[in-house]
Amino acid sequence: MTGNTAISATGLRKSFGDKVVLDDIDLNVAAGTIFSLLGPNGAGKTTVVRILSTLIPADGGQLRVAGHDLAAQPDAVRAAIGVTGQFSAVDNLLTGTENLRLMADLNHVGRTEGRRRVAALLDQFDLVDAAKQPASTYSGGMRRRLDLAMTLVGRPRLIFLDEPTTGLDPRSRHTMWQIIRDLASADGVTVFLTTQYLDEADELADQVAVLDQGRIVVQGTPTELKQRIPGGHISLRFPDPDAMASAARILDPLSRDDTTLTLQVSSDGKVRSLRSLLGQLDSASIEVDDLSIHTPDLDDVFFAFTGHPSERKDTTS
Amino acid sequence: MTTATIDSTVDATVNTRAYTLTDSATMLRRNLKHILRYPSMTVLLIGMPIVFLLLFVYVFGGALGAGLGGLSGGRAAYIAYVVPGILLLTVGATAQGTAISVAMDMTEGIIARFRTMAIARASVLTGHVLGAVIQTILCVTVVTGVSLLIGFRPTAGPLDWLAVLGVVVMIGFALTWLSVALGLVSKSVEAASNLPMFMILLPFLGSGFVPTSSMPTVLRWFAEYQPFTPITETLRGLLLGTPIGNSAIISIGWCAAISLLSYLWARKLYDQPRHVTA
Repeated sequence: MTGNTAISATGLRKSFGDKVVLDDIDLNVAAGTIFSLLGPNGAGKTTVVRILSTLIPADGGQLRVAGHDLAAQPDAVRAAIGVTGQFSAVDNLLTGTENLRLMADLNHVGRTEGRRRVAALLDQFDLVDAAKQPASTYSGGMRRRLDLAMTLVGRPRLIFLDEPTTGLDPRSRHTMWQIIRDLASADGVTVFLTTQYLDEADELADQVAVLDQGRIVVQGTPTELKQRIPGGHISLRFPDPDAMASAARILDPLSRDDTTLTLQVSSDGKVRSLRSLLGQLDSASIEVDDLSIHTPDLDDVFFAFTGHPSERKDTTS
Repeated sequence: MTTATIDSTVDATVNTRAYTLTDSATMLRRNLKHILRYPSMTVLLIGMPIVFLLLFVYVFGGALGAGLGGLSGGRAAYIAYVVPGILLLTVGATAQGTAISVAMDMTEGIIARFRTMAIARASVLTGHVLGAVIQTILCVTVVTGVSLLIGFRPTAGPLDWLAVLGVVVMIGFALTWLSVALGLVSKSVEAASNLPMFMILLPFLGSGFVPTSSMPTVLRWFAEYQPFTPITETLRGLLLGTPIGNSAIISIGWCAAISLLSYLWARKLYDQPRHVTA
């Protein structure tokens, strides 16, 4: 095992009773990167996190997390990781400060250092004003920030984030994204992120694995995944039906829409093919009102590899 | 904090047992804060035995006191007789409260967080038990105070009082571990509040409220051999100077056995992974 691999899983399997939840999964996460496990509800994402974070045992597979064998040295794994689960893991009866101090005490960092880290995290996560309020009074976004801050008190080298933005409003969501980016880029922390939102994986992840019904259906960088599927096209809108008809004769369009006067033409989205397309239209003296390039997004990836659409949340960015 | 490699040598020898005391103290602080932030629970735990005390002394006390067969009889004699039973009822009620708070705690995400941290594993449970024992001492002190106010006149000296405290801690410790296990085994908070009901019933089916000699044969046999009777007799002896005999030894045996078995059961339950549907 090299020091540069944060997580390696080979042949990971898990069943609950007769139900196979994870079926022979292989994962490799390089240290210092953001890895996203993408899949719809019930795909098994949370089960992967629960296994890799020592909460439940796997039924089979070779698993190493943060350089330690998961089955043989669970406490060594626990000392290196931080987990922010899907369900809020804050103590509702304690205040923000008390929650963070509790984590400092349990990480055995010492009184002075503990107080220093707590103060810094309250500041970093914009919780100073609410620090003396019980966590039960916090809003969803504040609670999620406190939750993540508690995870960071122990300065873990590897963080599991199970659906960190589910249920958050768009602004809180963007704040959380920025925090996650900063963790990986500034502090070199490895982030293992699960999400059901394609735009989230696209925004954050260096590597994406798509999980569907307990299997990894495809794996790669967001760009690689997009290249592996068809679907890139150019939309052209014309001023009148005649222009569209002449264009349709020379361009071999994918589809035409007579009411909006739009043609869709297959394209890889590169400048060269765009230029040749415009050249063809120019030499035939065809006017174009509007042109837009559609590059495939992870939604297309999901559909192409699983055969059914994801539950997409409308992006606000 | 800038290198992206994960060092596997630094924490290869993580020894969470070394932190047993520190982590238990941390968890105790957490539970004491819970008790302070949620005072209505403690008020409820103290209120119930006080209601029973007043009920038994002022409603039933005259008749039951006459039935004790003592020379003076009456209400005053019955106060003296019933207070040890009421004190045990207090310990049982507090233990029931622990089962509820453990069951509530287990539904919280923070327990999952604790399980993913390199801390002494049992410290979550130890924190509950130590917090509950302190709460028990507090409740028993208040109930004792009320019984002194309404005319309870113990003959105990300072050493006897110390021994009373010892017995309360001993039975409190045993019942709390049992409650922790019951709280863990419960599928819901409602179940956790019902399961330990027997701890509140048992003092009634012993020598807590009436002498066992007044019961029908089968019940009397049960009453004389169940753990609450020797404990009641020990408390009664320490407070009022009645003969203790071998009750003290039997009490210690019961408490030790209940503590040990409950601790092992609770550990086993806590170590089992809890399946939360994803």
